[in-house]
Amino acid sequence: MRYQFMTAALAVALPFAGPAAATDLEVTHWWTSGGEAAAVAEFAKAFDATGNHWVDGAIAGSGGTARPIMISRITGGDPMGATQFNHGRQAEELVQAGLMRDLTELATRDKWTEIVQPKSLLDGCTLDGKIYCVPVNIHSWQWLWLSNAAFEKAGVPVPKNWNEYVAAAPALEKAGIIPLAVGGQPWQSSGAFDVLLTAVGGTDAFLKVYRDKDAEFAAGPEVAKVFKAADDARKMAKNTNVQDWNQATNLVISGKAGGQIMGDWAQGEFRVAGQTAGKDYTCLPGLGLNEVIATGGDAFYFPLLQDAEKSKAQEALAETLLDPKTQVAFNLKKGSLPVRGDIDLEAANDCMKKGLDILAKGSVMPWTDQLLSQDTQKQKEDLFSEFFAKPDMTVEEAQKRFADIVASAD
Amino acid sequence: MSKSERPNQLFRNLNAKVASIPMVLTAVVIFVGGSAWTVLYSFTNSKLLPRLNFVGLDQYYRLWSTPRWLVSIENLLVYGVLSLVFSLVIGFILAALLDQKIRFEDTFRTIFLYPFALSFIVTGLVWQWLLNPEFGIQGVVRGLGWESFNFDPLYNSDIVIYGILIAALWQGTGLIMCLMLAGLRGIDEDIWKAARVDGIPTLKTYLFIIIPMMRPVFITALVIIAAGIVKVYDLVVAQTSGGPGIASEVPAKYVYDYMFFAQNLGQGFAASTMMLLSVVVVIVPWAYLEFGGKKRG
Repeated sequence: MRYQFMTAALAVALPFAGPAAATDLEVTHWWTSGGEAAAVAEFAKAFDATGNHWVDGAIAGSGGTARPIMISRITGGDPMGATQFNHGRQAEELVQAGLMRDLTELATRDKWTEIVQPKSLLDGCTLDGKIYCVPVNIHSWQWLWLSNAAFEKAGVPVPKNWNEYVAAAPALEKAGIIPLAVGGQPWQSSGAFDVLLTAVGGTDAFLKVYRDKDAEFAAGPEVAKVFKAADDARKMAKNTNVQDWNQATNLVISGKAGGQIMGDWAQGEFRVAGQTAGKDYTCLPGLGLNEVIATGGDAFYFPLLQDAEKSKAQEALAETLLDPKTQVAFNLKKGSLPVRGDIDLEAANDCMKKGLDILAKGSVMPWTDQLLSQDTQKQKEDLFSEFFAKPDMTVEEAQKRFADIVASAD
Repeated sequence: MSKSERPNQLFRNLNAKVASIPMVLTAVVIFVGGSAWTVLYSFTNSKLLPRLNFVGLDQYYRLWSTPRWLVSIENLLVYGVLSLVFSLVIGFILAALLDQKIRFEDTFRTIFLYPFALSFIVTGLVWQWLLNPEFGIQGVVRGLGWESFNFDPLYNSDIVIYGILIAALWQGTGLIMCLMLAGLRGIDEDIWKAARVDGIPTLKTYLFIIIPMMRPVFITALVIIAAGIVKVYDLVVAQTSGGPGIASEVPAKYVYDYMFFAQNLGQGFAASTMMLLSVVVVIVPWAYLEFGGKKRG
């Protein structure tokens, strides 16, 4: 019996141990919702066309769940061929520890600095003058998604900015609609606050708090206004009993909720549901108050590998990711903006066009992924998930704790 | 020649000692070594990767001024005390009832023990559904006509920890019951007869004779429950993932979140050192009393 078991175990183990024929490259990412999966399939298709093979390593459960798994594989000596991170500081220490591949040579050869627009995207990939990642899209958080049907039912016009929206909240509530959908995952409430900070406080206020880490300013009257807005948002969101962001988006799609503050990845969900921008839903970049786009987004990092074959495949993948055709196909499905300024997004819908316009005008700003460490982000998430879930937590108390976090931020 | 020397103590039962070397190594290197490493690095400012850059007690100062950690500790205390008391009381009562030579004892025993076969993740998901206001108990009772019936502990910050406690008790008391039952069966029938002859009421017999005699069983149960309390993590993740807000956070989840999500190993190590410390504070005096006493006696 025991020998049988051993042979069976060996038979299972062998195919993995043997040498692969075409170069397999395992790529890990956390794109698992409907719209996201469709988008990542475009990358896989394009990469397979180069004669290599994309081994999909999707990790379900959003970035918060996926990143620890990815990091422990890289630090634990079992690196994948390539992996998604949000460019910025998530992989900073991995780069410093020399675990990531330096792409500068490839970048110079392919003139990335010329094709990648806006330039600040590559800054997020650069450490000590060397480039370590390939940005693939621009995702901005500053969007408000509104359900036209919900406002029709409540008998009020679709608002054009945050203030009108807050004013319309009682009418929505009366019609049995949740005014604002905010899912229970901590990053959602924390992200919503950051958007309010940019929209209500302005870009300068955002940079003062998160880039300069000015704790005094964070405790001051200007940020107090933002907390007042967050208090409104908290009251409007109090009946949302869902966890995941796409469930919250679904409330908006089905008209059960009036709107949602969520990044432009929500757009993919609207598309999968067959809704049209402008007709079924309305999008307000910068909550209609401050039209800017944060240059956060996704990027691929390449762990340093010993295998020469795989290293070559990594280069092929890096080229594929920035290829104009792949960029168009991927970003259309993902609902994000492309990282190249020189391609034409004919098929872009209303909302994406708004985004592209803002991008063309150059109203861009860095986002928290680039400015704050994961540690600070987590503290912020703890604070805002508590703030949104606990109605008896005062605005003053929340602001004081926020200022403390900013003071100790790195 | 035949005068045999007293064998060296070191080589007595040599086979047994050789055989236990792997386990000894595991215990020393992994448990003790790992713990020492963790404690050492909790005094550093390690972020994503461990680095020996000492910052003294900074991580501990930060830990004890973090609201989320304080909430976690408070939750653990509430959960711990209640789960200890209720597990022991319910477990013992169930066992005592089963011990009344009832019919279908096997069936009842199986039913009560069955939840223990489920992992905490499954238990958590089952109770998440049962306590969901729309689909669960509240929905059913409202469907029966009591429109104003309100029972949604998982969505109420003030009582969410009790929602988790219910699930934990449902899962865990069966095992305690079985331990207690084994203990009760171990009591000599003659003791019961003697108590009856002396005219001691049943309740008093249980309280003053049987329970003191079952001390070892109670201690085993206590250790099992206590270990379960300190490490409670998966149940919370499955039921509420710490929500609403941070109302149902527990220390083990803080450790995990700060080590891996926040990429702050130092902070996570400091929190896990505090957890280790709390276990040591409980275990050491007990072990001293239990094992130290036996040697003297």
